[in-house]
Amino acid sequence: MLQIKNLNKSYGTNVALRDIDLSVSKGVIFGLLGPNGAGKTTLIRIINQIIEGDSGEIWISGERLNPSHVAKIGYLPEERGLYKKMKVWDQLMYFARLKALSHSQAKDKINYWLEKLDINNWREKKIEDLSKGMAQKVQFISTIIHEPPLLILDEPFSGFDPVNAELIKNEILELKGKGTTVILSTHRMESVELLCDQVAMINRSRKILDGTIREVKKSFRPEVYSISLADLKDPLPHEWIIKEEDGIYNFTLPLSGKTPNQLLSELMQYGEVRQFQEVVPSMEEIFIHQVKATQNG
Amino acid sequence: MDKIWLVIQREYLARVKKKSFLLATLITPLIFPAIMGIFVWISLGEEGSQSLRIIEVVDENKMFFLESSEQYAFSFSDIGKEDAKQMVQDGDRYGFLYIPKFDLKDPEGIVFYGEDNPSMSLIAYLENNLRKKIEDQRLFESGIDPKIINEVRTKVGIRSITLDEQGEETVNDATVNYALGFLTGILIYIFIFVYGNQIMQGVIEEKSSRIVEILVSSLKPFQLMLGKIVGIGAVGLTQFLIWVVLIGTLSTIVMGYLGMQMPQQTALEMANPELVSTMTPTSDVAEIMQVLSGIDFLGLVLSFLFYFLGGYLLYGALFAAIGSAVEAPSEAQQFMFPVTIPLIVAYMGLFVFVLNDPDSSASFWLSVIPLTSPIAMMGRVSYGVPWTDLALSMGLLIGGFLFTTWMAGKIYRIGILMHGTKPSYKLLWKWIRTSQ
Repeated sequence: MLQIKNLNKSYGTNVALRDIDLSVSKGVIFGLLGPNGAGKTTLIRIINQIIEGDSGEIWISGERLNPSHVAKIGYLPEERGLYKKMKVWDQLMYFARLKALSHSQAKDKINYWLEKLDINNWREKKIEDLSKGMAQKVQFISTIIHEPPLLILDEPFSGFDPVNAELIKNEILELKGKGTTVILSTHRMESVELLCDQVAMINRSRKILDGTIREVKKSFRPEVYSISLADLKDPLPHEWIIKEEDGIYNFTLPLSGKTPNQLLSELMQYGEVRQFQEVVPSMEEIFIHQVKATQNG
Repeated sequence: MDKIWLVIQREYLARVKKKSFLLATLITPLIFPAIMGIFVWISLGEEGSQSLRIIEVVDENKMFFLESSEQYAFSFSDIGKEDAKQMVQDGDRYGFLYIPKFDLKDPEGIVFYGEDNPSMSLIAYLENNLRKKIEDQRLFESGIDPKIINEVRTKVGIRSITLDEQGEETVNDATVNYALGFLTGILIYIFIFVYGNQIMQGVIEEKSSRIVEILVSSLKPFQLMLGKIVGIGAVGLTQFLIWVVLIGTLSTIVMGYLGMQMPQQTALEMANPELVSTMTPTSDVAEIMQVLSGIDFLGLVLSFLFYFLGGYLLYGALFAAIGSAVEAPSEAQQFMFPVTIPLIVAYMGLFVFVLNDPDSSASFWLSVIPLTSPIAMMGRVSYGVPWTDLALSMGLLIGGFLFTTWMAGKIYRIGILMHGTKPSYKLLWKWIRTSQ
């Protein structure tokens, strides 16, 4: 769906993006991760043709990025708003027409979405008269009104109340089911783990990691096991950090070059093994670990 | 192109549909007649209710006689200064005029005592009367009969006629040209300020409410800026046209009403200015009509529209650039200076140089430099201007607004996405240089 090759962008002496390569397959939810100021928004703006990259190539569905792609992308910026004095209907019509829908196409789509998100009664109201939640729904509709094959959402859940965030999340999953490719830029890892199929991480203008969530997690397996022992026969080595609760001893151990089976049989000599499980890092832990690693390096 | 058209439509409809637009459009043309009406009504009321004011005259020369008017009666009771003062204090008299004994060659010490500040017109009336009396007296003393003087006094009026190369004669009157130049110049000045500000507010609204990033993901910033400028300009033109129609209709009604009360001769002249030009003008109205008929109105209207739009586009782009650089109208102040100054220079120049001497070199420069020409040139156009000057000025104005639009576009495309940076001239310059 989207290929980015060797993309560079700098503002004066400030490098915002350095040699970015990305590949997003069709129909996936792609998490674009990174701390604030990493270059995510710059990358998204370049894909949206709001600004131009200095060098590199961007391909969408096999075509070099060009002005006709504007109609194929739906973009919800992090900084977003609506015309406060404009009526819901007029506003949606304006955004739909700017995305090259005809008047009658736009009419059908707007009716469909107002009905679907249950705000049909508010169509003739001005944005300033709506509750914040209502306005957020209108904002979301304006992003997807032209049913773009590529949807780019920059921090989509920030500023949304939990009910609306859930609603938006379900809509995103539904769109994905229909074949829409979604790029989700966020620094909220819980939504990444829940929604994304693929991720890429950007820090300090460079891509530091990408792949499917499973691949990423696999490559960041720290080879540490969490262990619970009971009925101790021998005292445990004092260098292990142990938490005892009702006669159960909980601790973690690295493999340190052994196979899991070797470690397990070693542990069995100390007592009865109640639990032996590989510690899988959360995306959040990987994120923090990676950001720190690149900062120190 | 389609997208610019959509933006123009939105900007236009969003403003025209507002109640405030309807109110301003309908009420403004009524304000001037209404204010005039109020003044007329007040003065009529005053004339009716005002009692005759009696002014005591204490003349120690025993020489002056003042004729009473509708408002003031003069009494000559032959009393002393102190008695007269007392009468004013008691409220028996509105005031008293004290004329001490003086040498006619050097009249000094004349004082008006009143219970309140006398009006300018009363003082002028008294001064005129006394001066005339003294002059007559002195002429008489030097042996000239005042009657002869009165007979000799003549009223002179010069008609000015321009003669062009073909020998065509046009009657003109500097006052009429002055008024036309003044009116059209001021209109352009006001239009640029009011609608330029609307552009700026609109850009700030889109930037501060964060709509702009959504918009520029659908169209180019330059299209957005141009659409906004054109859309708001169209609002202004609409408003202007409605005013012209309204004022036209209103004045036709008023003129028609006044026409019925006018002497037939004048009414005839007004109705038929062609006829008048073959006759000797007999009244001021006819004179003005004749002058008006001599002005190239098509040329005037066309140049007005050109400078109206050219000036608006030139400054509109600058206002848009300012709006894009700031986040709130209050921040815009620091950048308003370079935009306001040339406008004010043009406005002042119109009065000081152009209207008084349309052919001076100051007038020439003011009317060709694009920043001042939209306002200053109107002052010259009404008097008639060499076509070479007009062509130069128009050419430079077109070049000028292309340049400001290009420059504003560069500032705009970066400015609208900048948040949290405090803009300065240095930064704006950097934006102009760095954007592709």
